[in-house]
Amino acid sequence: MRPFGYTRADTSESAARQAASGGTFIAGGTNLLDLMKLEVMAPEALIDINRLDLGAIEETDDGGLRIGALVSNSDLANDARIRKDWPVLSRALLAGASGQLRNKATTGGNLLQRTRCLYFYDRAMPCNKREPGAGCSAKDGFNRILAVLGTSEHCIAAHPSDMAVAMRALGAEVETLKENGSTRRLTLDNLYLLPGDRPDQETVLEPGELITAVVLPAPVDGKQTYRKVRDRASYAFALVSVAGIAKLENGRIARANLAFGGLAPKPWRNAEVEALLTGEAPSEDLFNKAADLLLAEAQGYGANDFKIPLARRTLVSVLNELTQEAQQ
Amino acid sequence: METNLTINGTEQRLDLDPRTTLLDALRHHLGLTGSKKGCDHGQCGACTVMVNGRRINACLTLVCMHDGDEVTTIEGLGQPGNLSPLQEAFVNEDGFQCGYCTPGQICSATAMLKEISDGWPSHVTDDLDGKAKLTAEEISERMSGNLCRCSAYPNIVEAIRKAAGENT
Repeated sequence: MRPFGYTRADTSESAARQAASGGTFIAGGTNLLDLMKLEVMAPEALIDINRLDLGAIEETDDGGLRIGALVSNSDLANDARIRKDWPVLSRALLAGASGQLRNKATTGGNLLQRTRCLYFYDRAMPCNKREPGAGCSAKDGFNRILAVLGTSEHCIAAHPSDMAVAMRALGAEVETLKENGSTRRLTLDNLYLLPGDRPDQETVLEPGELITAVVLPAPVDGKQTYRKVRDRASYAFALVSVAGIAKLENGRIARANLAFGGLAPKPWRNAEVEALLTGEAPSEDLFNKAADLLLAEAQGYGANDFKIPLARRTLVSVLNELTQEAQQ
Repeated sequence: METNLTINGTEQRLDLDPRTTLLDALRHHLGLTGSKKGCDHGQCGACTVMVNGRRINACLTLVCMHDGDEVTTIEGLGQPGNLSPLQEAFVNEDGFQCGYCTPGQICSATAMLKEISDGWPSHVTDDLDGKAKLTAEEISERMSGNLCRCSAYPNIVEAIRKAAGENT
């Protein structure tokens, strides 16, 4: 690890100010320290935000929840309210990482974790995300785990989070605090950037801008599930994952929220796919049309070509599960 | 960076380079070599310790981030002649071969049994609101952050089941 300054922040405001002048926030540290040991990341200073008052899960006036940025993945997954009314989020969290990591990893940090692209981690190989302009080794390399949607010629990295996929399906929003003391709310769609020609820029967050909370809207009516397909049964990143919420009324789909992991540089959601399903009677044919639409622009890079049919099958299977069980 | 923390019931005052991980502080500065360094990247679980009662990877956290915390390592769980139920069960069930992953396995399992008795569900628990049973499938899922390259998994699972039976 390269040497760095270390400060324990007392308030969110002072943390934001310190980070704006060259510091990097550290909370759980499970991804950041991993990358610092490899010198993929080498911050000048760490601002330890673990003492900030951001560890509560509070009910909002409109029936939702405000999840403090420092709530651990374990505490969030095990919260009785989440388990009862937002089970897709609990399931997504429990499908991710290991017991040890979930105890340290935080809500804010999980959103901002970096891709597990092998070439991002390997400093001997060119990577546009690590070093803009260096080139992408993954396009013609070992890209089994990488993205097929939303990529660019400069980067095909996939976002690794399970939690963020469920949050995207639930319509969660992020609350932030900027260096100048102002706050804003961002949908997850607006938080993340696609790689384009600047894959090193992953979010719209400004220097010093601190995620303080994630706000869940009121519970969504319908059956919820999180399906994760991976290379081993536990403690592995998703090849494809689907967070799904669906409700049937009079034999027709009244609502379908669908978000996807493992496929794209950010948790993926396609409003056209949901619109295609809404109002229709569930059928294998309909579900395949939804998959056609979802994957119309999908592009494989060789070793990850299999993700396109895998995403189709996973989506169809999830829709079958959600609509069959909802009929019972 | 000055850091005051309690390790296995003893207050410690450390003033180390901020780069020092909790694992390196335990092993190199406090002589507590029970916690092992396997991958040093949070993938193998050999460094598992408990902080404020919860299991974490000691390699993926800086000791300076633990001012005021209470750390329990394998040395704090039991000693020769005074083994914890899990330590005893690992010996009786032959829950290891080379033994390198064992301190991490036992620290992890100690905290895992508390998690399950506190009603935490896992990825393989059918009912998020129900109480999980300590099946082999549940143990394997909950212990997936601890690798054993000798592949002593069947006996590790059996040791955990036996130890839990003695506790309940």
